[in-house]
Amino acid sequence: MAEKLLMIEHLNKSYDDLCVIKDMSLTVHKGEVVVVIGPSGCGKSTLLRCINGLEPVQGGRICLSGREIKHGSRDLPMLRQKIGMVFQSYELFPHLSIIDNITLAPLKVQKRKKEEVEEEALSLLDRVGLKDKARQYPRQLSGGQKQRAAIVRALCMHPEVMLFDEVTAALDPEMVREVLDVMLRLAQQGRTMIIVTHEMQFAKAVADRVIFVDNGEIIEEGKPAEFFKAPKTKRAARFLNIFEFSPVKAQN
Amino acid sequence: MPDLGLEVLFKGKNMLRLLGGLWAALEISLISVLLSIPLGILLGIIMVRKELVLRVITRTYFEFIRIMPQLVLLFIVFFDSTKLFGINLSGELSSVIVFTLWGTAEMGDLVRGAITSIPKHQYESSLALGLNNAQTYFYVIIPQTVRRLLPLSVNLITRMIKTTSLVLLIGVVEVTKVAQQIIEANRTSSPNAAFGVYLTVFMMYFLTCWPLSILASRLEKKWG
Ligand SMILES: Nc1ncnc2c1ncn2[C@@H]1O[C@H](COP(=O)(O)OP(=O)(O)OP(=O)(O)O)[C@@H](O)[C@H]1O
Ligand SMILES: [Mg+2]
Repeated sequence: MAEKLLMIEHLNKSYDDLCVIKDMSLTVHKGEVVVVIGPSGCGKSTLLRCINGLEPVQGGRICLSGREIKHGSRDLPMLRQKIGMVFQSYELFPHLSIIDNITLAPLKVQKRKKEEVEEEALSLLDRVGLKDKARQYPRQLSGGQKQRAAIVRALCMHPEVMLFDEVTAALDPEMVREVLDVMLRLAQQGRTMIIVTHEMQFAKAVADRVIFVDNGEIIEEGKPAEFFKAPKTKRAARFLNIFEFSPVKAQN
Repeated sequence: MPDLGLEVLFKGKNMLRLLGGLWAALEISLISVLLSIPLGILLGIIMVRKELVLRVITRTYFEFIRIMPQLVLLFIVFFDSTKLFGINLSGELSSVIVFTLWGTAEMGDLVRGAITSIPKHQYESSLALGLNNAQTYFYVIIPQTVRRLLPLSVNLITRMIKTTSLVLLIGVVEVTKVAQQIIEANRTSSPNAAFGVYLTVFMMYFLTCWPLSILASRLEKKWG
């Protein structure tokens, strides 16, 4: 089996007295694509935010290649460079052009050479079909284009693991596909990814492993083929059923 | 063409006196603006902090200045400083004090608004890219804050310039006061002078504030 890249051990996270993640453990191997699904409010976003050190946690540890990710610790910016995160609402920086959005962190944080970074940024943009948008500003792009640019921005830091938090949830239906296709290609390239999504067909296609979370706990996990066809737990079955409707009128 | 009494403007040094009055008003606003901007930025930064005591103090200050008509503030500082503390402030100094107090409060509120209008996710996506706190402020938050702030502060400056017309009431000889003096002196020779002279004052304010207005809306369009 491939090396363990990300280890989450007995993670506990609460907001004031609301317990959002309960004693959760999860190991992600190099090259693995883990899809996290679960009902709204079950703690999926919170999990990703903890992995990126954006939230203080109340118990447990998160380690990336053996180094602990701790909210507020001094080497957190170093560790975050290895974790790419893409948000539902893109969060491109509106005052910077697309190319400047992408090259900001490689230039200022990694202190890489400008020509080298721009060249890489342009070739990545080209691969997601946005080369001609490099000099434009986020407000000039459609939602799907913005999200592809945000993915490129994360990629350009050469992260070891990518986190996606419902990156298509804010998009118009006709733009969902173009973003999912980019993610499918990343999976093909063998990238390590943790994806939170409500797109079940996509989850089936992209995942090595599906994790079903409810109420801050992992209720079930398994290979996508088995999980989607025959979930072992009642709660997972009920959750998946939400997406199928039985006829409400008598048919003859 | 009706008689506007414009001829009084060309009598003696009247036009120069009006310009001198305008300069007196602009000088007060300029000094106040230069003091208000750094103080207001400081105030705004304090206002978004979480410490309760600081918040209560700054909030009280802001609301107090906001509610008080500028004229009342001018009277308080100009007349009551003598009574209460036995110091004699000139009209000009009183005006600068009041306009700085006011400008700082308004600027502070603009800065507070601009900072809090940057969504939390902008900080987070910057942190997620590996920028540290200082880099996040320098490259992501401050540039956006400044872009939101600039047009609003230009508008504030315009308002401050216009409001300086009140200082004539504490004896500062600014442009409106000069206008009154000119009209008064020519009451018999040019009874219609009020029209022409106030029209000139109007044009003077207009020509001062209009470019600022244009600048503000340009900035707003560019970054809005
Ligand atoms: N900053 C916060 N302060 C207090 N409670 C919060 C905060 N953020 C999230 N929560 C709560 O934590 C729980 C988990 O939220 P989270 O955003 O992780 O859910 P989610 O699984 O991502 O849901 P969704 O599918 O709707 O995005 C929710 O009950 C939410 O109300
Ligand atoms: Mg969420």
